Amino acid sequence: MKSRKVRDDLRERALSALSKPSTYGLDIDLSRFTASLGSDIMDIESYTDAMLSVGVDPEERGRGGSYYQIDNVAAYSSSRYKGLIVKPISEALEDESILEYYWKAVPVDLDKYTATAFLYEKDGYYIEVKDRVEIPIPVQACILLKSPSLIQVPHNIVVVGEGSKLHLITGCTVARENPGVHIGISEFYVKKNGLLTFTMIHSWSKGMHIRPRTIVYVEDGGIFISQYISTSLVDSIQSYPTIHLVGENSSSHLSSIIIGRGSSHIDIGGAIELKAPGSTGEVTSRVISMDESRITSRGRISGFIRGVKGHIECRGLILSENSSIYAIPELEAKAYDVQLTHEAAVGRIAEEEIIYLMAKGFTEDEARSMIIRGFLQPKIPIPLPRQLVDYLSMAMEKIAYAL
Amino acid sequence: MKTLLQVENLSVNVGSTCIIRGLNLSVDKGEVILLLGPNGSGKSTFLHALIGDPRYRISSGRIIFDGIDVSSMPMTDRVKLGLSLGLQFPPRIKGITLRFLAERILERRGVTSSVISSVIEGYSRMLNLGGLLDKDLYVGFSGGEIKRAELMITLIQAPKLLMLDEPDSGVDVENLALVGSAISKYLSEDVGRSAIIITHTGYIARYVKATKAYVMVNGRIVCRGDPEILVSNILEHGFEKCFRCEGMI
Repeated sequence: MKSRKVRDDLRERALSALSKPSTYGLDIDLSRFTASLGSDIMDIESYTDAMLSVGVDPEERGRGGSYYQIDNVAAYSSSRYKGLIVKPISEALEDESILEYYWKAVPVDLDKYTATAFLYEKDGYYIEVKDRVEIPIPVQACILLKSPSLIQVPHNIVVVGEGSKLHLITGCTVARENPGVHIGISEFYVKKNGLLTFTMIHSWSKGMHIRPRTIVYVEDGGIFISQYISTSLVDSIQSYPTIHLVGENSSSHLSSIIIGRGSSHIDIGGAIELKAPGSTGEVTSRVISMDESRITSRGRISGFIRGVKGHIECRGLILSENSSIYAIPELEAKAYDVQLTHEAAVGRIAEEEIIYLMAKGFTEDEARSMIIRGFLQPKIPIPLPRQLVDYLSMAMEKIAYAL
Repeated sequence: MKTLLQVENLSVNVGSTCIIRGLNLSVDKGEVILLLGPNGSGKSTFLHALIGDPRYRISSGRIIFDGIDVSSMPMTDRVKLGLSLGLQFPPRIKGITLRFLAERILERRGVTSSVISSVIEGYSRMLNLGGLLDKDLYVGFSGGEIKRAELMITLIQAPKLLMLDEPDSGVDVENLALVGSAISKYLSEDVGRSAIIITHTGYIARYVKATKAYVMVNGRIVCRGDPEILVSNILEHGFEKCFRCEGMI
């Protein structure tokens, strides 16, 4: 069977990469954690508050479909639209045609995290929108970690068909404060003239190490927009999603909002590879460091063909004496006549701006909060469905409140 | 009570440098004062000290506004009492739009939400700000746009004492007319409203009817007179004469 052969090959490659550290970020000793299925009690109803905190509506109001997972086991999936498939990947793989997307974007031997994810793989979401189907309201996924010291390895595949639209929102969180590792493998494929917006809110806790591995392929005229928001306490995050714009006039916009708290060690990046004529990319990040957190904010745009355009904007605010921000924008031009630009600015809130707002009648705290909210304001290049706008404003309110 | 602002023997330091030295000035309700003077004479420092900018430290003297000693009062409270300062060079602030700031100021003043947008639209029409309302504050604004936008932000605070730092510098004739007529209109709406307007060139006097003019040199008021006569003298002779007649009043 084809599937068997594919798995055997992947297994061999994964085994060879089991001790290969990631290029970036803290190296985690995975042997301290267990990669079991975790809980087999699918009491998803008990976690309504945790789900709501990351914008997932357990009653699915204003949602086109849902996928919930607890630890390493799928708990629920639904689709409310014709042409929209939402199911656990374990179930999707019963159809061998899915192998076309399976570990094809993310190399299984990228590092020990991808290798571990494959070797212990159980579930994750498979979401597909058939050609020429527009899902007008967001589809939601919630990945919840419940059992202590677990390595959670969801493997997610999203396929957006030709001329189709999908808005996916994902909330990942913990049931309670526990040590653990989350390695989310995400392989996304946006077909010709398709649109995928991917908004992810992470709300982890102390003791957690997060290693998402995301790779996206975008065909002709396709658009991929990602917004990543992580504002809670966490031990470490290292993520470097890479978008391959392989189709003519395809485009991508990656934005991240990161708040470092406690002694979090965060290394967040994003790379866009402009590989086809007319492709354009933008990477923006807004990072705020508090307490003793350390944040590295990377961005890379590579232009492989003439006429492509890309821009990186890294901005950081340092709100405490003992935190640090390291911003690394990288531009790589491998062809003549590419337009790649970047701007980076890291610092504290300008006193001049605070005084200006105070002179307009605001207190110092109000002025500070207005500036921080303004700093974090996501810049979205396309109009979004109301439910997604609500989702984002909820996230912003939470951030502003927490600061 | 007729007097709105009474400044007594005011000295102001920026860092360790004394910029204003024993300045006395009073502004009656309804008065519109032009404050003239060469570069570096302390005009801007004076207005920043009046609004309570913490970077400008009062080393002696006091400021009485509307019967209250505000000398050590925080800026926020001074604004609440009715002082408002339009800056010459306001900072660019990314992520805060002109409309957002205007809305928050009006909310603070207790203007009902149904009226807020019409107030903003009114000023926007008067000052030709339509295209700027949803842009980040002063980011990518031209010189004239900065003046018009900062004036709107200052006027919507509905101050009793309107303080403007060079609303006419770097502004072309069309913009100057817009700025001038907006200031005049604001002041004429209530006879009790007063203003102190710093002008380096005196151009604003063509559009705003001032009641008095003062000349400031080296941190002191050295001359007081009829605005038209003083402005035309200064436009003709510069501030040379003012240096010579220092201490006239």
